[in-house]
Amino acid sequence: MNVPLDPLLISVAAPLAVAVAIALGLPKRWAVKLAYAGFAVPALVAIDVWWRFASAAKEVHGYAFLTNYSTGLDRLGIGLKLGLNGISLPLFVLAGLVGFAAGLYAIQSKAERMKTYLLLLLVMQAGLMGTFASVNVFFFYFFHELALIPTFIMVGIWGGRDRSYAAMMMTVYLTLGAMLSLVGLIAIYVKTGATSFDLMILRDALASRPLGEVTQTHIFGLLLFGFGILVSLWPFHSWAPLGYGAAPSSAAMLHAGVLKKFGLYGLLQIALPLLPFGAAQWSHSLAVVAGVGNVLAIGLVTMAQRDLKQMVGYSSVMHMGYAFLGIAAGSVLGAGGVVMLMVAHGFSVALLFLLSTTIYHRTHTFEMDQMGGLAQKAPVLAGLFVAATFASIGLPGFANFWGELPIFFALWNFSHGLTLVALTGTVVSAVYGLRAAARVFFGPESEAFARVAAVDPPADIAWSERLPAFVLVAALLFIGFWPKSFSDGINRALMGEPAAVVASR
Amino acid sequence: MDFSTLRSLAAGNAWGSVWPELSLGCLALFLLVLETGLPRSMHARIPVVSIAGQLGILGVLLLNFDTPYRATFNGLLMLSPQGQLMRVFFLISSILVSLLARRSLPWQRVPRVEFHHIVLVVAAAMMLLVESRNFVMLFVALETVTVGLYILVSYYRSNPKTLEAGLKYLVMGALSSALLLFGIVLLYGVAGSPALSGRTLEAMQYGGLRGFLEANPDNFLAAAGIVLVLSGVAFKIGAFPFQIWIPDVYQGAPTPVTAFLAVASKAAGFIVLLVLVTEVFAPYDWLVGPVLTLMAAATILFGNLAALKQNNVKRLIGLSGVSHAGFILLAVVSVSREPMAVGAVYFYLYAYLIASFAVFGVMTVLAGPDDSEQELGDYAGLARESPFLAGVLACGLGSLAGIPPFAGFMAKLLVFVIAFKAGHFGLLGVAVAGVVVSVYYYFGWIRTAYFSDEAAISPKTAERARAGAGLTLGIALAALTLGSIVLGFYQGPLGNWLAGH
Repeated sequence: MNVPLDPLLISVAAPLAVAVAIALGLPKRWAVKLAYAGFAVPALVAIDVWWRFASAAKEVHGYAFLTNYSTGLDRLGIGLKLGLNGISLPLFVLAGLVGFAAGLYAIQSKAERMKTYLLLLLVMQAGLMGTFASVNVFFFYFFHELALIPTFIMVGIWGGRDRSYAAMMMTVYLTLGAMLSLVGLIAIYVKTGATSFDLMILRDALASRPLGEVTQTHIFGLLLFGFGILVSLWPFHSWAPLGYGAAPSSAAMLHAGVLKKFGLYGLLQIALPLLPFGAAQWSHSLAVVAGVGNVLAIGLVTMAQRDLKQMVGYSSVMHMGYAFLGIAAGSVLGAGGVVMLMVAHGFSVALLFLLSTTIYHRTHTFEMDQMGGLAQKAPVLAGLFVAATFASIGLPGFANFWGELPIFFALWNFSHGLTLVALTGTVVSAVYGLRAAARVFFGPESEAFARVAAVDPPADIAWSERLPAFVLVAALLFIGFWPKSFSDGINRALMGEPAAVVASR
Repeated sequence: MDFSTLRSLAAGNAWGSVWPELSLGCLALFLLVLETGLPRSMHARIPVVSIAGQLGILGVLLLNFDTPYRATFNGLLMLSPQGQLMRVFFLISSILVSLLARRSLPWQRVPRVEFHHIVLVVAAAMMLLVESRNFVMLFVALETVTVGLYILVSYYRSNPKTLEAGLKYLVMGALSSALLLFGIVLLYGVAGSPALSGRTLEAMQYGGLRGFLEANPDNFLAAAGIVLVLSGVAFKIGAFPFQIWIPDVYQGAPTPVTAFLAVASKAAGFIVLLVLVTEVFAPYDWLVGPVLTLMAAATILFGNLAALKQNNVKRLIGLSGVSHAGFILLAVVSVSREPMAVGAVYFYLYAYLIASFAVFGVMTVLAGPDDSEQELGDYAGLARESPFLAGVLACGLGSLAGIPPFAGFMAKLLVFVIAFKAGHFGLLGVAVAGVVVSVYYYFGWIRTAYFSDEAAISPKTAERARAGAGLTLGIALAALTLGSIVLGFYQGPLGNWLAGH
């Protein structure tokens, strides 16, 4: 155990340390400077471990960079065990980069009570890095909650319209989801009989002694509802558009982009491998709900939105439907697609939230009817928005394509009808995405926007806003053109290749 | 008692084994001596003497934590690691109550030294209560606690709400004592019946009664006695349907006393219950199990639902305390199938202590002179006026709500794991629903403190928040908050100790 050089621990500890320093009363000038470091360190660590992952020594189940720290509850199988495998690595990188972008965007945002804002964002960042680096299920949940709590507070203090109501609704919904999944995790812990929350031990124990069919079905149901609420599975989605609509942009970027993936990640990393029979039992109902509810119904609702931020919020609910469809398909191809989609969607939705707020600063409204013609005044902003829209539709060249395509293939083997539904969804998402781009940037100026523009002439996107956006676009394009950089690791983790084979490459 | 008896007792060192209780008693008397002996101008220092003395006792107690564990005083008392843990618990509680009282009492026109005196006596009696292994000892210690609390609850005697609270607590306390005593008498009587096998004259002793109950596992009178004893204890912990006194009494009592009632008195009740369930009533698990199960479910539901619509924060915290009693009962219910539940109860109590006193500390500071009129609206804008107090409040409430990274989360997690292991799935469902509901009102409180508009700040709140907690109480509150966070993710040796028992 090499404490000072453990990159994963550093990625959690660095933002947390900065947050503590701010809480202890660092002056604002220094707080901002240190916050840069607090957001940059996890991003650099993420890139570093991604670079070294392929050649790193792997242990059982393809985990690398494993370290274990005791917290005093070893007898109950609770301890801080950090490590990454092919499934968690992409999400770890996602958390690092989106966190960096959100942090940069927050620092330039001139929010009121800046120090508290940065403090909460740093805590959230630490929680996110920890969530995806944890091999111990207890700490997986623990870090998730650590990242979740600041979201509520940030919505409540810095939120927009209806912030108080939105914060309350998010809190109650997400607590319900978290509690249900906690009971599900406890159920696995107790029923396995391994007295350990360590995912690797749980996997080994269940591989030799799988749970009974009824037990598996029940526990998977609990986890599905719990995680499903956290990922806005229809009909438990109503917190998402409301919350994202009200959330300050950096919080929305981190929550919609990264934290929400916790539920899907939990299903993929914990529920599917540990409870294969339960997953098979639930897959049909899940597929129908996700396909008809999330993709089709919410897709149509998204089309009807006039508020730009609400539209992005609804579109994120809709895209989660594809992820659920991929999980329901129950094949390695589908699951791999889900991981890719989670990463791609994380980058693209964060980008969209960032750009929406940037647009708002120029139009002073989120109503798309009161915009138009912004492209002439802000061509770079327009270009970025169109790129983000293309990415979110899933055009080739962007990462999202490599997420949706495998899911569709996997789904075809599962159900032809639902594949058609999903494809219809793509058309729907193209319609609302392109229509939004057209309404905001092209076409004639609306009267309302002309008035605003006369008082406060809109400038193009500033460098301080450009930099975080470029980070996100670069990531989307990078994965879009070189999907193998992540998909190799994902495949190996999903196929369960023997450790020795992986290590020798 | 002649001299030789005393000498034999001294030889067995029985008195030495209760030195913390004795020193608390002596300290209490010393305070009264100081009051008569010192000039009036020095009286303000007497609470400091009390707190310093308690800190000294706590220090010595922690250094001598591993004393020989055995029964003393002919089996009246039992020294155990759990007992030591509770001694520490009650000492921390009484120190914090003294700290709060030092802040709260000067606002009222009441004598101050007696208050500190009674707090010490009550703390000592609580220690004896959880160590007792004999029903007579149990009852005497319980009455000492209760009589002390009668006085404390009605201490701000110029306030009609406080007097009402005092009267209600007196009536309800008397009723619960009567139930308990009736139960004890029934058990003693039936155990001495010559017609039954295993009859014993030692039925006041826990061990003796246990032997009798084992020999007669389905006696009706014994069952009635057990139910009555459980009801008496249920009053103390505020479990449904004996929770009716809680909102009024908590609201009317001085805030430091409310804290004492909510934490120490409740904890004492739970340890008594735990000892009774594990050591005495175990043969009647067929009866105790269902009764406590129903009680736990109803307590969780009632506490949380009733707290939802409260606007007075003292009533709110009282009713949320009822729901916490339900969660602890969940662990007590599981103890017959899962011995680890004992550790979970202790951990929960400590987490509850740390979080509750943080909240009560903020309440005391903000209440000022009008102690029984603390409305939720008074907290509007607290975060703007005093980020420190608001932070302490938020962490305390977060821990009570059971949110990581606070200790309250670990406590709830342990209880849930144990309830699952014991197979109480229905109760677990109720508990999960309770947690979700509780988040609503805890978060509502935090929301008022943090998210209110500037216009909503009342001048009273602003003034008191700016005055702050003062140095001593401020340090205590910071320590409680820190403890709550650290215990949430690093349990250290305590964790292994709890998991082992």
